[in-house]
Amino acid sequence: MDQRRITVVVNGQQFAETVNVRTTLADFLRHQLRLTGTHLGCEHGVCGACTVLLDGRSVRSCLMLAVQADKHEIATVEGLAGSDGALHPLQQAFADHHGLQCGFCTPGMLTTLVEFLRDNPDPSELDVRIAISGNLCRCTGYQSIVTATLDAAKRMRAERTA
Amino acid sequence: MKPPPFQYHTPETIEQVVSLLTSLENNRLLAGGQSLMPMLNMRYVMPDHIIDLNRVAGLSSITLAGSELVIGAMTRQRDIEFSREIESRCPVITEAIKYVGHRQTRNRGTIGGSLCHLDPSAELVTLCALHDATVSAVGPNGIRDIAFADFPVGYMTTALQPDECLTHIRIPLWPQSHGYGFVEFARRHGDFAIVSAAALLELDPTSTIKRVSIALGGVGYAPLRVREIETGLVGKKASSELWPEAAQACSKIQALEDVHASSSYRRRLAVAMARRALQAAGERALANSSRH
Amino acid sequence: MTAKTFGQRTLRLEDPDLLRGKARFVDDIHIDGMLHAAFVRSPHAHAKIVSIDKTAALALPGVRAVLTCEDIRRYATSERLMVALPDRTYTQQRHRVVLASDETVYVGEAIAMVVADTPYLAEDAVFAVDISFDVLPAISDCRVALSPGAERVHSDATNNLVAEFTSSYGDVNAAFAGASHVFRESYWQHRGCAHALECRGCLATFDPIDDRLTLWSSTQTPLVAARLLAETLGREEASIRVVSPDVGGGFGPKLVFYPEEAGVAIATLILNRPVKWIEDRREHFVATTQERDQYWEAEIALDNEGKILGVRGSLLHDHGAYTARGLTVPQGAAASLTLAYVVPTYRMDVKAVLTNKVPVTPVRGAGQPQGIFVMERLLDLAARELKIDRAEIRRRNLVPPEAMPFKKGFVTRGGIPIVLDSGDYPACQAEALETAGWASFSERKRAARAEGRYIGLGLANYVEGTGRGPFEQASVRIAPSGLIHVATGAAAMGQSTKTMLAQIVADQLGGVIDRVVVTTGDSAKIAVGFGGFNSRQAVMAGSSAHVAAVKVRQKVLQIAGHLLETDVGDLDIDGENVVVKGADMKISMCEIAKAMTVSPGFTLPGNLPPGIEALENVVIDAMTYANGSAVAEVEVDVETAAVKVTRIVFVHDAGRLINPTLVEGQVTGAIAHGIGNALYEWMGYSDDAQPLTTNFADYLLITSTEMPAIELRHRESPTPLNPLGIKGVGEAGVMPIPAAIASAVEDALSPLRLRITQVPIRPNELAALLDEAGARR
Repeated sequence: MDQRRITVVVNGQQFAETVNVRTTLADFLRHQLRLTGTHLGCEHGVCGACTVLLDGRSVRSCLMLAVQADKHEIATVEGLAGSDGALHPLQQAFADHHGLQCGFCTPGMLTTLVEFLRDNPDPSELDVRIAISGNLCRCTGYQSIVTATLDAAKRMRAERTA
Repeated sequence: MKPPPFQYHTPETIEQVVSLLTSLENNRLLAGGQSLMPMLNMRYVMPDHIIDLNRVAGLSSITLAGSELVIGAMTRQRDIEFSREIESRCPVITEAIKYVGHRQTRNRGTIGGSLCHLDPSAELVTLCALHDATVSAVGPNGIRDIAFADFPVGYMTTALQPDECLTHIRIPLWPQSHGYGFVEFARRHGDFAIVSAAALLELDPTSTIKRVSIALGGVGYAPLRVREIETGLVGKKASSELWPEAAQACSKIQALEDVHASSSYRRRLAVAMARRALQAAGERALANSSRH
Repeated sequence: MTAKTFGQRTLRLEDPDLLRGKARFVDDIHIDGMLHAAFVRSPHAHAKIVSIDKTAALALPGVRAVLTCEDIRRYATSERLMVALPDRTYTQQRHRVVLASDETVYVGEAIAMVVADTPYLAEDAVFAVDISFDVLPAISDCRVALSPGAERVHSDATNNLVAEFTSSYGDVNAAFAGASHVFRESYWQHRGCAHALECRGCLATFDPIDDRLTLWSSTQTPLVAARLLAETLGREEASIRVVSPDVGGGFGPKLVFYPEEAGVAIATLILNRPVKWIEDRREHFVATTQERDQYWEAEIALDNEGKILGVRGSLLHDHGAYTARGLTVPQGAAASLTLAYVVPTYRMDVKAVLTNKVPVTPVRGAGQPQGIFVMERLLDLAARELKIDRAEIRRRNLVPPEAMPFKKGFVTRGGIPIVLDSGDYPACQAEALETAGWASFSERKRAARAEGRYIGLGLANYVEGTGRGPFEQASVRIAPSGLIHVATGAAAMGQSTKTMLAQIVADQLGGVIDRVVVTTGDSAKIAVGFGGFNSRQAVMAGSSAHVAAVKVRQKVLQIAGHLLETDVGDLDIDGENVVVKGADMKISMCEIAKAMTVSPGFTLPGNLPPGIEALENVVIDAMTYANGSAVAEVEVDVETAAVKVTRIVFVHDAGRLINPTLVEGQVTGAIAHGIGNALYEWMGYSDDAQPLTTNFADYLLITSTEMPAIELRHRESPTPLNPLGIKGVGEAGVMPIPAAIASAVEDALSPLRLRITQVPIRPNELAALLDEAGARR
């Protein structure tokens, strides 16, 4: 038997799908659900471009099988903006601080940082650098991503106290 | 880089796991996936069957049981990282786990998976050797305990039989006042260590060294307990002058050679890392004993 | 007219889609019914292909075809991709095949192409294609390749030399003969792969109704690809459309036209279905071009004041198994060496050599970082031997501003004279030194030594040729909606091409970049073009877009002037409207566009010529030379031989800046790449040319934690060579970094008098140098 039926909630929406057991979670999201925001950069768990949130925790979707996501919740970059289309503070901060150039690593950076800022709302610069040390970027040299993250953290703290 | 075809199994009890291991040819256990999935994606392994352990009940736990710390094999590295019990009774693990991969890999990776994969520089493997841990495995003939010194039998090869599954790791605890240190040398944050060193130190009330354990990771297919240092330090008075000389014993070890480092460079690192680990352990042990 | 958007730190047009995960990279494109290709690649560095057995592969589920050279032969006008840049110095022609058939000459060379229903099934079938080989000896080291009696990289060759040339001017031997001081050194420089985060990929589809083949490809040069594909397939250029969708980084290797692109196009013609191929990372190490080894012997002659009399030497360059692009890298290396300094005589004898490895083509910097490394190392050597401060010896030799334009004694590959157009190199260096605290560093160094720490400072200057001509076409048009449409053959790969062009154009046409719709990289939308490489698109496409926008502005004002019955001199464009200065009268661009859309039988307003558009090909043959100075601060852990870069001060001059934020992003990213080249990146091969580093655990790209603090300063010496006064900046950051870091490491370890003559310098190698130095004492 090389197919299974799974139910997953992705960005708040429930899906019931039949998947090949060897299909990776990344390929399932990208080609079966057509959520192509999550990218494949290496398929061996180093570059972080494929990072999504599984039950709120950042994971490398190239290192999971789609069948393993059965009965779990996934959040991808497509779910970050509000239902009214307003950008998540991290996304806005990335735009404001030129935190992306080609944009290929960006979805993985964003999902990684969503979890990070939730657990660490007031990080130091070093904390941020360590947090994204599992995400490769060849364009930016990381500086603008760090600046954007610190600014997003500030905005999010302000929103919380407002 | 797509996985090869395989059949997929989701046992829910350890008995089912053993039954599958016994009946299926060419199978692989899937734990956290952080080691197996890259190998599947690169087709370095071509199993006919994948047995997924993630739905098996009872394999994930962290318990302090008397003088031991017992960790279930499927315990996520992330849970180890944030465990208060481990931080209070076995803090070298808490210190070392920060070097294990990245947040994303620790969210899924398990201690059992790391031990069974047995990468020469895996930090958790080195820590088990450091503590003379015992691993428990279940097979068709029941439970088998394996002393960690006997666990690695070759390069990335464990003493487990093909029909056995790791269930627990038992780590003997050192007295609360013990000193500890973990250091590693890696090119980038989160990389596998080229060489790592872990040290535990127990002092008597006069600051004389009662017991030392020091393990090097990354130098051979199994972690190396540097017995010469361990026996040589017992009975000496702990002080910062001791460590550099003690660490010199590492300059004579056998060490691996690969694209990252020659054996002579690894020996150089071993001396440096051993000295730093002993230094940290010594400082902490002295600080602790002055408190009691 | 004051600048409205030019020079501003505007936000990017590209960002919203990218941030929302709504961008479209080639693998994001889905066409119903599309098939998936995978390539069977040679596992041997050199072998005769004896037979290919497709039977087992064809029997697998979902496999539609297994194509070999024999199968695709009749669809191509030539078995080989004749894409190399012309050059008289080739001693043998070595063009790549689409699919190898009798001999394979590097690990990774494509031999067969599987097409199947899914990428998974295609990959299964790749493993089932049974090829039998006669393994032949392989050449891995380019030095060995030239030794007498060496095995041949290609069996039918008589030797392994692929090109030989000399870059020279002046009587260098006389200069050396009469020199008070001559210093000599050998260098080994290894650059590595580009590793854009997005691997390569393409998707081809054929429309029989339009008789057009469309190829979406993650390429830096879509218009060139369209022309080459048309040539290869023997079709009219108009019947081929190549589009770069969103591209996840390029950094050089994506400027090449590849066998896979031709193969996928042919597959779609054979199978009458869309065919997609997406490269995976492991494949990328052996299927995408890269840079590798250069061995240099170099000498510098100076007088007693430390003024350079001449530089000469030889360069042995690893070319790989084929000519996939040309000789850009060794030419760039030889040409760039002396640029920043007054070097009265020069000679570099260059040999480009075949090896049984992946073909070598430019990676960000394109040979210039290597030339700069040699010059900067020679100057440090001279400084040490002559006991002159490293910054001072440079100051004495930098081309002074009053000498601009400064004619160097030689020409580019196209025969264009190399003339430094503008820049104040000494002031740039001085600013970098001041910012870095060069003068007071010895104090800090002493204090660190007292704590048992080894810190050091290094300096390097660079001058780079940017804006490779001859042109890049751009069109500007006011659409009926009133929006401004810009089309160009320029290709975007993350360097904000759309925003950059929108800023240039909006500056003339209303000052709102969101009203500018830019189409890049589509051969159907613009007829002629080259694409993105050699830091050229701002200069070339930007100049064309600027001139076109100026013309369209003139036209718009003329039409408005006629319609509003006002003098053109009283008009300006503000947002979507043409406005009368000082009065409350306006007319929208939309209305203007409508006014120019007359019905048959009616006259155009004011009898003005039709259309509100302009198509420009601003031709600039001469390159414009940007410059900079970098100071690197490092700390060396002598126990582990690890080098930590703690700080980089980077002062650069790229002329006028279109958007300083974007420029900072480019420079910072390139600095990161430079640090990788200095300390981490090594594409390893065994002695029998088997690749050793084929994953991201073995080939190291730096992460956020290895990046130091960066202090960036801009200087602006506008160039007279283009109307905007701009210079290219995409590669600037990488140029001086390996040299600056090598210099800093030596400085940190100055008591040991080490010489760093190889990059990357990894702890493994530095430890050996430290041991040697320790043994020497």
